[in-house]
Amino acid sequence: MENCCCGESKLSGILARYQGQDGALIKALQDAQGLYGYLPEEVLARIADYFDHPYSQVYGVATFYAQFRLKPRGENLIRVCTGTVCHIMGGPQVLAKISEELNISLGETTEDNKFTLGSAVCFGACSQAPVIMVNDDIYGRVTPERIAAILARYCTGV
Amino acid sequence: MTMSINIAINGQKLTVPEGTTILEAAKQIGIEIPTLCHLKDTNEIGVCRVCVVEVKGARNLVPSCITKVTEGMEITTNSPKARKAREMVMNLILATHPKDCLTCDRNGDCELRTLADKMGIRKIDFGAPVKDLPLDDSNPSIIRDSSKCILCRRCVSVCNEVQKVSAIGLINRGIGTTVGTAFDRGLADSPCVFCGQCVSVCPTGALTERFNLREVWQALNDPDKHVVIQTAPAIRVSLGEELGEEPGTIVTGKMVGALRKVGFDKVFDTDFTADLTIMEEGHEFLQRLTEKGKLPLITSCSPGWVKYVETFYPEFLDNVSSCKSPQQMFGAIIKTYYAEKYKIDPAKIYTVSAMPCTAKKFEANRPEMNSSGYRDVDAVLTTRELGLLIKEAGVDWASVEDSQFDQPFGEGTGAGIIFGSSGGVMEAALRTLSEVVTGKELKNLDFKGVRGLEGIKEAEVTLNGQTLRVAVANGLANAKKVLDGLKNKELDYHFVEIMACPGGCIGGGGQPRPSTPDTKQKRMEATYRADKGLPRRKSHENPAVQEIYKEFLKKPLGEKSHHLLHTSYTPRNK
Repeated sequence: MENCCCGESKLSGILARYQGQDGALIKALQDAQGLYGYLPEEVLARIADYFDHPYSQVYGVATFYAQFRLKPRGENLIRVCTGTVCHIMGGPQVLAKISEELNISLGETTEDNKFTLGSAVCFGACSQAPVIMVNDDIYGRVTPERIAAILARYCTGV
Repeated sequence: MTMSINIAINGQKLTVPEGTTILEAAKQIGIEIPTLCHLKDTNEIGVCRVCVVEVKGARNLVPSCITKVTEGMEITTNSPKARKAREMVMNLILATHPKDCLTCDRNGDCELRTLADKMGIRKIDFGAPVKDLPLDDSNPSIIRDSSKCILCRRCVSVCNEVQKVSAIGLINRGIGTTVGTAFDRGLADSPCVFCGQCVSVCPTGALTERFNLREVWQALNDPDKHVVIQTAPAIRVSLGEELGEEPGTIVTGKMVGALRKVGFDKVFDTDFTADLTIMEEGHEFLQRLTEKGKLPLITSCSPGWVKYVETFYPEFLDNVSSCKSPQQMFGAIIKTYYAEKYKIDPAKIYTVSAMPCTAKKFEANRPEMNSSGYRDVDAVLTTRELGLLIKEAGVDWASVEDSQFDQPFGEGTGAGIIFGSSGGVMEAALRTLSEVVTGKELKNLDFKGVRGLEGIKEAEVTLNGQTLRVAVANGLANAKKVLDGLKNKELDYHFVEIMACPGGCIGGGGQPRPSTPDTKQKRMEATYRADKGLPRRKSHENPAVQEIYKEFLKKPLGEKSHHLLHTSYTPRNK
């Protein structure tokens, strides 16, 4: 825990909130992720220990729910829709292009920590398929050719 | 009072007690419903859906392994709808399952393959890509091949519930679900104790022991090597199952005969060092008792248990006997006393041990197990591997004649044999302690209170007016209960025997599959039959034990013993 000295007392505070409560694991994981931006390994181990849950099970919970991240997220989160309509309308090609452009696979973060590439199932904008979201910005009718320009918007100020 | 429930299965009426599952009820009238994930009392979660049946009035097909019968239930096990659903389930499982059955470790006893055959599946309807996940071969005991995993979760249930180790669990979700450790590391970097209970229940080749047969063959083929094998007490009552005998058949003589044919220079009996363990551990106990040392003394024969206490209860390490396990004592004695006595260069001795256990492979590889100046034990084979070795050697089991173990370590007592069953070490120790303490001959040798498959057994024994409270636990969930009780001071014992596996070594992770409560019961009964049939049933009466103290060790807990037969433990991370 040496690496997160400032978070340590806060984590203790979070854990103390749930002391003796059954079924508080997910709440604690959510709060811890709120604190660190993701769930570092030593934090998971600490939580497992605190609740006296097997480490393997806590890891199981953290990997079961899409909301939890085990790696730090980049400054910008790209989410590519993998829903049915987007799939048919060329979503996979868009995803492949982003992946190629950033040199990362789904779920990964670029080395400079600028982008994290994720997926989502339907933003409810099927008429605009294929759709991607970057942070809170939604882009419809995306083609692989448009990717470079979209990404460039988030690279300013580098 | 239990209610009786009237039901009909495939038109046949029957009455069963309340609480009976459809699967059990069908079995009673000779109807076998296929199952895959189901493991009685351990994994009853109905997750694979292979056992679905049709129930009149029910909206969907129901899993028969977890659905309890209700009054008037009309069940059809073989309706077209049920059969179609089952076939679909099997097809989906088989579609992504590797097809290297010919060379798979489970070739011959794969439950998935047997079931596919029984269900008449001759074609797989889907062209899905076969699972291709990394192999975990991080440790000396267990190999995990997740590609062959069908997610039945038996291993997870056993690890979580029966053993309370929880080294593995389900990770990720949906189609990406796998069984793995935290952060999907190798078992070597997990709290796994290598007991192999998961290996014992795995229906496919996803979990197997690390095979050491190749190394053993290499040694056997090397003319410069003097290759000796020791066979554990619990395998003489189980090896037969690998070779077509009924569970509970005692095959000691045949096993020795077969191993001689395989080509071992000497075939020795681990019972000898089981007796030696009793001498050392018995005296260690007396020393602690008289000198007010740390009590209870807890046994140390089971390497899965030893790793468990090192990992989860390091505060109890001072309670654990410093005695090495019989396997390791044997290795150390072979490469010192035996080498000197028979003028054999210990560098040329290769010691193999045949064990009912996967954790023994880990134990033999522990870095400190080299007090003889060499690896005490060079290779460990499970009972399953030993069966395979005999088959590979082309030995026709049916025609093998009985043979005797070789001297000087061919002499074991009944006390040594019962080490194989839960309670056996305690009973063996009590037989010897009684005579050592009272100086009088023990008339009734049977300490029945510590016998049986029950998870925790307690007994009181009075020696020279002092009442000793002893306990025996098998299965690590039971060990945990005892340790927690000791910790909270709710329990108080002088002497505790703990075995990692349910039933003790007869239920070890290296034993023939399936290792059901029924087969375990038969193996257990066989160990006590073997004990009853021996002229010597107390460890201190073993002439070979007496001789080794006279010629070499001098006295229990002496300097040589301390160096060769005792060890120390290491706290480990969870």
